[in-house]
Amino acid sequence: MKNLLSYIIGRTLLTIPMVFILLTIVFVVVRVMPGDPVSSMLGGHAPEKVIEQKKEELGLNKPLIVQYGNYLWQICRLDLGNSMIYKQRVIDTIREKLPATIELTFFGMLITLLVGVPLGAYAADKRRSTQDYSIRLYGIVIYCIPVYWLGLMLQMIFGIWLDIFPIAGRTGARVFVATFDWSGFYVLDTIVAGDFAALEDVLIHLFLPSVTLGLTLSGIFIRLTRANMLDVLKSDYILAAEARGIRHRRVVYKHALMNAFVPILTMMGLQVAILMAGAVLTETTFSWPGMGRLLLERIYLRDYPTIQGVIVIFAVIVALVSLVVDIIYALVDPRVRY
Amino acid sequence: MKHSPTAALAGLIGRFSRMGRKYGVEWWILVAGAVIILGIISMAMFAGVIAPYSPYDQNTGPQLAPPGAEHLMGTDNLQRDVFSRIIFGARTILGVAILAAIISSLVGITMGLISGFSGGVFDRVLSLIMDSVYSFPGLILAIAFAAMLEPGIISITFAVAVIYIPTYFRLVRGQTLTIKEELYVEAARAIGAPGVTILGKYIFPNVIATTAVVFTMNVGDAIMIEAALTYLGLGLPPSVVDWGMDLAMGKKFLPSGQWWLITFPGAMISLLAVGFTMLGEGLSEILNPRLLER
Repeated sequence: MKNLLSYIIGRTLLTIPMVFILLTIVFVVVRVMPGDPVSSMLGGHAPEKVIEQKKEELGLNKPLIVQYGNYLWQICRLDLGNSMIYKQRVIDTIREKLPATIELTFFGMLITLLVGVPLGAYAADKRRSTQDYSIRLYGIVIYCIPVYWLGLMLQMIFGIWLDIFPIAGRTGARVFVATFDWSGFYVLDTIVAGDFAALEDVLIHLFLPSVTLGLTLSGIFIRLTRANMLDVLKSDYILAAEARGIRHRRVVYKHALMNAFVPILTMMGLQVAILMAGAVLTETTFSWPGMGRLLLERIYLRDYPTIQGVIVIFAVIVALVSLVVDIIYALVDPRVRY
Repeated sequence: MKHSPTAALAGLIGRFSRMGRKYGVEWWILVAGAVIILGIISMAMFAGVIAPYSPYDQNTGPQLAPPGAEHLMGTDNLQRDVFSRIIFGARTILGVAILAAIISSLVGITMGLISGFSGGVFDRVLSLIMDSVYSFPGLILAIAFAAMLEPGIISITFAVAVIYIPTYFRLVRGQTLTIKEELYVEAARAIGAPGVTILGKYIFPNVIATTAVVFTMNVGDAIMIEAALTYLGLGLPPSVVDWGMDLAMGKKFLPSGQWWLITFPGAMISLLAVGFTMLGEGLSEILNPRLLER
């Protein structure tokens, strides 16, 4: 137990420099790079005096190092500043949009696992057969299909031609969000409120975006599961299990898959970055009111504090998820702790 | 007769199938990838000859005409020929993706070599920075860069290149650390070879082989990032012919049923990315015989 505790503490401490570096990169990209946020926000013809005044207000006329200090101090206080366009605190806007993105990524990941892991395990079991090659080819192709294009194609087929799924938004016109909204996670909220008509509406809106996101990532999980399964299937205890006369299917899908699952779990942590990127694109395609759409909307409006805030939150999420995954890994597999 | 085209072709096919027997399906994956890439590259090179119209010509026929004999892939809302725009658009995406991969490989390999070879605090700090960037969603970083820079070919290439530097850095640094301990490197050091010679003559040639596979895969990824950025309306001015931008434009016509405006640009992006990924996949399996045992 002592080892586990020291591992967790060490790993947590390691997250601090990582977050710090990511925050620095965000600062460099948003503040130091060429391009003047204030004049582009006010348009090219704003008088010099107005520009200076606005810069003063936003603290952009101070030396960079002071700005950097202020920026880090702000983030430490969990304050991401105010929007340049709307009279809103950035953190409030993000709090409003983040649940939509988390809901989408959660269900996307669920579909990825449901598709990727069984297919990968099956391919490993039937190694070097036609089934194996077709599954691997599917993996390559689905990985290369841009997630937004897949989304558009699904919209076209299921939304326009067959007209069975909505193609935009989180809820339809017949549902009043205010009646159940509590945490921003609509699936959870509608269940808590016991409003099953609304739950159905939320789920059919969630279906196409999460299938889009989930299918795109399934290619990576097929490859991962297959590679890990092949290693496990070669081990002695699998041979022993077979020798004892346990049914082949049980050996593969119970004994082997359970053991192959631990490395897959860690890879899930690394995939969060890809999942986030995929979510940004899926959100734009499906008009999903989440973080990705917020980021792009504010990029078009040149609302720098919000852009910065959204990217900071993404950075923190990535760091936290990798921390949590590593800790779970250490809990599951004692060998990691040393 | 020996040098007739048919004989040459027969010889080529013979050699190909011998390789196929030796390496199995992996070889055919590689060949399929190479064929796709060569096809699209030659399409980009001979765009002027193949394309029936200029990609900018706003008077090629009716507005939003579905695909037919006159317009293979239909026309868009500005009466431009989609097929011609697809052919010319290949130039943009290929150019940006390959250039970006070259830039990030040059920077990443150099930094990885130096960092791995010199070690110490410098190596630690650089590795930590690279690991942090590596863990961050590449697309979101590229979006941030592209949003801050003036739209243009150079900006988008830069935005795509930056996010892949850590990939090369991590690979090359790891390899350098291993090779540094090899006996022949020690021997070179014993006879008094300077650090630059060891790095350039003994370590670099052994590292470069593994980066070939990563480079190919990287171009495939860069294609998708480039297309994603331009789909989001970032990185390129509207005057450039680009698949991602055409896709974004066609999106508006999806509800009214003009399917050809989104289908063809998206299919081409996927096809090109599949080509590079298959080539990379095939290369990695063939260059690494241990994987072949699987």
